[in-house]
Amino acid sequence: MEPAILKERQKQIHRKGEAPFALECNTESLAGAVSQRACVFCGSRVVLYPIADALHLVHGPIGCAAYTWDIRGALSSGPELHRLSFCTDLQEMDVIFGGENKLYKALTELIDRHQPRAAFVYSTCIVGIIGDDLYSVCKKVSQERGIPVLPVQSEGFKGNKRAGYHAACRAMFQLVGTGDISGISPHSVNILGDFNLAGEIWVIREYLSRMGVEVVANITGDGRVADLQRAHGAALNLVQCSGSTIDLAVMMEEVFGIPHLRVSYFGVEDMAESLYAVARFFKDPEMMDRTRDLVREEIAILMPQLREYRQALTGKKAAIYVGGAFKAFSLVKAFRLLGMQVVLVGSQTGTKEDYQELHDITDEGTIIVDDSNPLELSSFLKEKDVDIFVGGVKERPIAYKLGVGFCDHNHERKECLEGFVGMLNFAREVYNTVMSPVWRFMPRRSGAGEKGV
Amino acid sequence: MKDPNPTYISTTNACKLCKPLGACLAFRGVEGAVPFLHGSQGCATYMRRYIISHFREPMDIASSSLGEKQAVYGGGPNLKQGLSNVMKKYEPRFIGVATTCLTETIGDDVPGIIREFRQDARGEEPAPAEIVTVATPSYSGTHMEGFHAAVRALVEHLAESGEPTEAINLLPGLVSPADIRYLKEIVEDFGLPGIILPDFSETLDGPAQLDYEKIPAGGTPVAAIKTMGRSKATLEFGQTLFGQETAGTWLESRFGVPRRSLGMPIGLRETDRFFGVLKEISGRARPFRHAAERGRLLDAYVDGHKYLFGQRAVVYGEEDLVVGLAAFLSEIGVRPVLCASGGMSGRFQEAITEMTGGLLPEPPVVLAGADFYEIAAAAEGLVPDLVIGHSKGYKMARSLQVPLIRVGFPIHDRFGGQRVLHLGYRGAQSLLDRMVNAIIERKQETSKVGYGYI
Repeated sequence: MEPAILKERQKQIHRKGEAPFALECNTESLAGAVSQRACVFCGSRVVLYPIADALHLVHGPIGCAAYTWDIRGALSSGPELHRLSFCTDLQEMDVIFGGENKLYKALTELIDRHQPRAAFVYSTCIVGIIGDDLYSVCKKVSQERGIPVLPVQSEGFKGNKRAGYHAACRAMFQLVGTGDISGISPHSVNILGDFNLAGEIWVIREYLSRMGVEVVANITGDGRVADLQRAHGAALNLVQCSGSTIDLAVMMEEVFGIPHLRVSYFGVEDMAESLYAVARFFKDPEMMDRTRDLVREEIAILMPQLREYRQALTGKKAAIYVGGAFKAFSLVKAFRLLGMQVVLVGSQTGTKEDYQELHDITDEGTIIVDDSNPLELSSFLKEKDVDIFVGGVKERPIAYKLGVGFCDHNHERKECLEGFVGMLNFAREVYNTVMSPVWRFMPRRSGAGEKGV
Repeated sequence: MKDPNPTYISTTNACKLCKPLGACLAFRGVEGAVPFLHGSQGCATYMRRYIISHFREPMDIASSSLGEKQAVYGGGPNLKQGLSNVMKKYEPRFIGVATTCLTETIGDDVPGIIREFRQDARGEEPAPAEIVTVATPSYSGTHMEGFHAAVRALVEHLAESGEPTEAINLLPGLVSPADIRYLKEIVEDFGLPGIILPDFSETLDGPAQLDYEKIPAGGTPVAAIKTMGRSKATLEFGQTLFGQETAGTWLESRFGVPRRSLGMPIGLRETDRFFGVLKEISGRARPFRHAAERGRLLDAYVDGHKYLFGQRAVVYGEEDLVVGLAAFLSEIGVRPVLCASGGMSGRFQEAITEMTGGLLPEPPVVLAGADFYEIAAAAEGLVPDLVIGHSKGYKMARSLQVPLIRVGFPIHDRFGGQRVLHLGYRGAQSLLDRMVNAIIERKQETSKVGYGYI
């Protein structure tokens, strides 16, 4: 056993081929293990944040609002209310006497100032303890101001990030079914689980439009309240990001009978297959023809450009640690397309099914890990001697300190990585870091023994 | 603390961070330390991301990861398990435990839990790490109160009495790793053994390494903190700390270590005051290279004065940083027309008036307990030429269409935030150069001619 791994953590780590596959997951993070995970609030905030014409008010002390202020590349084509950070900034007296009054005043003040289409009110740890009645405050304000005001039950300690996804889905579901759905095409979809980082949802919408498919609601990248309200008029839900919005798709299936398809827009294979799956669903031969043409055209543009990168990168080794496991599936395939091998793959919030799938698509010897931490990850990176690590801001210094390249594939990124064009950007990102001359001067590579010398 | 004049009930785009974040930064400046948050998992992760984005360094913060059950029945068992796991994995010499709003509100007796933990671990090998706790409920005070509370907790728990030493204690507050390295150099040049607390000059700006260090090297050694009760004097930066119980006041009242309260040494006058105190304590004259730096700075004051005179600046950030910057700006002819902070020490206005008095045609507008909604509204009417502060004012600077000179924490939209120098003659020189160049650049870029010689 590596010293970096605590006994309690061993069941959440698997090395493919060493034993029959088994991996524990979706458990509470181990105290003191320095998990890379956030909390329930984070899960809710991440999902709802891109709804650009809603007011997002964090009910709690300042931290939760401050750390989530305009940090993501979730773009809007219109209003940008989501880029402001609103908070009730609870003080000691509010904690003692209750924060409902302050919440009421803050909410009405902000609604009057910004005239949003709806408001989401996020509850934080402390609100769960002092017992503010969010529901009645939200209901009152909703009646007085005439817009939906939705409580989001996102107390940080009440589960993990997945619980936050669920709370967000429940809040959004309050909106679905309240709008007018006349005039929606029978060939229509909602896009779930895409957050329009660096304009990605616009790329996907353009593909769908070329296929002749109408998009009713973006959920939630470049999202709008009115679109969510008529989302039940769509014929199909496309669900990306397995964890975050699947609950909403399931609720919509149960109540409105709308089926859903799991998709991924990362990498050539998954992108093409997602579009074909949509065309197959609508059983329209012409649409299928258009889809084939689209994929052929895009690949014809992409492949020659990828060639140079593939040549340089073939044989290099990659490690992946991301929030949701779906992204990892696509990344494994995307790296293969670049001639690279994935030797470590893990996620913060993967499910049993997710990890089984990862196990099925990876090579022998690959390390599969759930809810990992810096010391484990650094020991795996060293052991596997990787050339690039894909993760988020918290994973970056782990790679860099070890003299390993890095690609940001998290919500802070400003590069479009979805679609066929995204595959090219991804290849360029990987190439730019792996091929940099700086690594050869780093202590681990230069053989310059002494620490820091 | 209560905002004396709450303009709005809601907060929009806060100009402050939460209390435990300040404590984590301070604990990172202790040698062999792992900062530890007693609360839910998210706090640690959010703060890590926020801090990493500025320093571009690993920042491991452990968490007791409380769930719903622990929130109801108490977080003690999780705290103990978390501490024990951190000790196993990180083998730290020190763990700094800060509470969060969750654990303060459920009423966990953290010092009591730690006592039990120590008793349970008695006789175990290796000996458990030193543990210091600090109460940092985020509903009371900002990250700066958390920072100072953690520094005070460190000396309260660790400093001991004994034979006096020749050392001086230096409590700089929240400054950059580059500032701390420079302070060390200054104190050394005066021939004084100095104990800087906290010292994250290496831990948050470390070199490329052969291996991933579980805990980055550097930081104030616990052994050194223990001797702080025996030092010759304590120099504590921060004029808005006046009247508060700080590490400096505690060392003075408990051990009789004389406390010298100074402003952050930004600009000529406050740096002169700082050097004056060092001269007095060491009995040595200002070392040559610092005298030379001072001379070059004065020369640059003259060379740059025409670019700067009458420029109107909006300054925001932590109270003591803003006070220091206002002092500096007012001596180079820049008019700080608005000084703002999310902090509410109650001393902000007074300190600004004191530092800028006699140098400005009219006193600046001062906003305490402000958010960026209020700051931006006030700034608009004041027609500034420059904005000076951290990255979170970029939106405002952009809409005002004026340059933002990035200082302080966090700098999330530029490279090298950890190496920005603010303090001393050298820091003033660097700020002056950057400011003059920002003004020249703006003139150049907005000119139709495209001068290549300005």
